[in-house]
Amino acid sequence: MVTNQASIKRDGVQDFVSLRTTAIVILAYSIFMLWFFVSTPTVTYEVWSGLFSNLAVKVFTLAALVSVMIHVRIGLWQVLTDYVKPHNVRAVIQFLLNLIAFAYVAVGLFVLWGV
Amino acid sequence: MNKQRPVNLELNTISFPPSALVSILHRVTGVALFFALLLVIGAWASSLTSAESFASVTELMNGVIGKLLVIGTVSALTYHILGGVRHMFMDMGHFEELESGNNSAKFIIGLWIALTVVMGVVIW
Repeated sequence: MVTNQASIKRDGVQDFVSLRTTAIVILAYSIFMLWFFVSTPTVTYEVWSGLFSNLAVKVFTLAALVSVMIHVRIGLWQVLTDYVKPHNVRAVIQFLLNLIAFAYVAVGLFVLWGV
Repeated sequence: MNKQRPVNLELNTISFPPSALVSILHRVTGVALFFALLLVIGAWASSLTSAESFASVTELMNGVIGKLLVIGTVSALTYHILGGVRHMFMDMGHFEELESGNNSAKFIIGLWIALTVVMGVVIW
């Protein structure tokens, strides 16, 4: 157990907890964005870039993107293990999808850096 | 495992109980959202580069295809959230019996359709 917790190796409990904690962050971010669009009469470029220049919003956005990366790492793995049986094919697909998920985080980081 | 056992994979002939439908839709919307994020993050990234690109992203999103993509993405996210919240209730020991499970499944499908109609009207 101790080595499991200290290494990147996952187990069922970790997946269970990670899936739900990341889901809560994504849910909170979705509600935040819904609130923004509902409470803002017209979203202009000034309002939009003003929103993402706020440090708290930057942190929240990056947290949501990292949560998405962890969430899809588990979720897509669950789906793929059910439908893609050959190990090598699944490994390649998972590698590519996780690379895309990482790219989401990286794009988010650099965009937030520049606002 | 006996590999000779009969396997029925004709999904169109199998009747899905509500709880099974909710489960498969949770997967479908999850995978769909992952790919929708390509467009969402792409649009978000370019909308923040300059006022001109913000205007062109807005213009694309106000087109027919743009609006359909936005409604589809928001609808998928709404469904995935409803299914996820149902999962959290099940973690706490609710809706685990046949009847309550199917009722909660019917409830979130109904709520999802209602919310999609409302958001569809607002976005259009």
